[in-house]
Amino acid sequence: MTKLLMPYLTGGVAPGWTAYLRAFEDAGADQIELGLPFSDPTVDGPTIQEASDAALTRGATPASILDDLAQARTSVPIIASTYANLALRKGFGEALTAAGVTGLIVPDLPLDEVDQLQVPGIAVSLLASPATPDDRLAEIGRRSQGFVYAVSIMGTTGERDRLAPSAATLAARLKQVTDLPVLIGFGISSPAQAAEAASVADGVIVGAAVMRRVLDGAGPTEVGAFVGSLRAALDVR
Amino acid sequence: MSSITAAATSAPGRFGERGYGGRYVPESLIPACQAVAEAFAEAWADPGFRGNLAALLSAYAGRPTPLTPALRLSAELGVTVLLKREDLTHTGSHKINNVLGQALLARRMGRTRLIAETGAGMHGVATATAGALLGLPVKVFMGERDIERQAHNVFRMRLLGAEVVSVTAGSRTLKDATSEAMRHWVTDADEAYYCVGSVIGPHPYPTMVREFQRVIGDEARRQCAADLPSAVPDYVVACVGGGSNAAGTFAGFVDTSAQLIGVEAAGGSGASHGAIGVLHGFRSLFLQDEHGQIQEAHSIAAGLDYPGVGPEHAYLRDLGRARYVTVADDEAIAAAVRLARAEGILPAIESAHALAWVLRAAGTSELPAGSTVLVTLSGRGDKDITTLIEEAQL
Ligand SMILES: Cc1ncc(COP(=O)(O)O)c(C=O)c1O
Repeated sequence: MTKLLMPYLTGGVAPGWTAYLRAFEDAGADQIELGLPFSDPTVDGPTIQEASDAALTRGATPASILDDLAQARTSVPIIASTYANLALRKGFGEALTAAGVTGLIVPDLPLDEVDQLQVPGIAVSLLASPATPDDRLAEIGRRSQGFVYAVSIMGTTGERDRLAPSAATLAARLKQVTDLPVLIGFGISSPAQAAEAASVADGVIVGAAVMRRVLDGAGPTEVGAFVGSLRAALDVR
Repeated sequence: MSSITAAATSAPGRFGERGYGGRYVPESLIPACQAVAEAFAEAWADPGFRGNLAALLSAYAGRPTPLTPALRLSAELGVTVLLKREDLTHTGSHKINNVLGQALLARRMGRTRLIAETGAGMHGVATATAGALLGLPVKVFMGERDIERQAHNVFRMRLLGAEVVSVTAGSRTLKDATSEAMRHWVTDADEAYYCVGSVIGPHPYPTMVREFQRVIGDEARRQCAADLPSAVPDYVVACVGGGSNAAGTFAGFVDTSAQLIGVEAAGGSGASHGAIGVLHGFRSLFLQDEHGQIQEAHSIAAGLDYPGVGPEHAYLRDLGRARYVTVADDEAIAAAVRLARAEGILPAIESAHALAWVLRAAGTSELPAGSTVLVTLSGRGDKDITTLIEEAQL
């Protein structure tokens, strides 16, 4: 089975930001995680914090980002990700649906709180952590929709020199409790790490490594080439 | 107000029908929160733990703290003002009550280091102190702006052996220090104990911190019963940042006829002007814009410079059991100076907010002449000398 590639992009990070979505699609992304920036991103490390600040400083709002998205008409599935304070607002689900978003990730809304989301028709994917005990992991596997997000490491988002050993262990544990695709995310920084992660999981999510390039000024073509290199690494079998 | 969807209210750690509180943390922190909740429930039911804490609170922290009648101020205002003197505890604020409890809990859980966030630095100093006492290394997260304006406390923390980490994100104050402490906690959840400084954060922190602070209210209740003909004051007033000194004070009086007043900084008025939201692991009232982005608070008192309020305060507000009012920076500075000159007591600028409301309301329908009012003086003002030199214009 081919491995899934889900690059992340902070919505509204730069003028014309939807061009990155098209570049990711052309480079072989299967899905794109679209961050709706929040003022206090407590699960994110410095890179995505900086990207969120940049988008908010530009005046991006969930509504403006979803408007831009609707106009961009990408065909790759878009999974929104944001924080509970935005995701729990009334009308959030309708706004996602209207913009064509199909999935949602809310990292500060764990299993016990996730029922509060009112997003009919949107697949809500849950995160699992290396610290999650077995019984809870099974429940996460049952309740998650679309895929399960395996958080590679006890930490925040951000690039790392190597893939944490905890990633493979968690992915293997998850594969025993769910038939959904298991995607490893947090810290995957290079094609080699992506390939390593995909050897135990169904795919990867790559955020900070993409956003650092965007923040450093790389345009859609250049960042698309990086996404393409991840694709190539996943496809070598 | 109701721009956010409802929460289940039956879950543990929830306050009231609107489901304030809860545990909105990344999955990685769930086991750590559960471990703290279980350990606290066991410890709080264990007479041995309570005995150890009571012994530390008296022999080390100097409890019970006195209830001081503010005689001259009372005569000037026409209301009887009683001051609950948390400023006289070891380290100079109520924060030590909570920290000694949590540090003992951390040790009982076998944790080997403490992490904390701090605004005014009083919670950081208290945590550094408890770390020194119990032999636990301490890392304190503090906003860069607060490091500048509370330099005295930064040095105290370092002197006590703690590491102070400067937080440069966002408003560079308590909100961002709390975010950074939570980020760090994830990376060290097996070894480190996160010692939260107020009645905020994921369950069980709001409940646990209130329980550790209720010693303020319980003592004051007994002291009022002994000192006052009416046994209970008409008004009970405390400043509210996250709300821990107020929660601890109110806990002693919530079942009486006393009117409970929480005083927020005008620029950090989550309970007075916030909307329902989720931040730092809990659902409560937060200052936020129409899109749901949290707004930065602005107060001269670093300890009140927080856009939200503890979940139990949101609940007490909805119930109408407590009332929340605001005081501006200049009123607080004036109140600090007035207390110093009338009674020889220099309060922390945070605590001066509580007093400033009394000064403003005394003799009006809000606080009629002849009333008796208990004010919690949460801390002493030595840390604020630099700010006072600039602001008080003496
Ligand atoms: C002296 C003093 N009072 C009050 C506060 C506010 O905290 P809380 O509302 O939790 O009592 C602080 C916080 O730093 C403080 O240092």
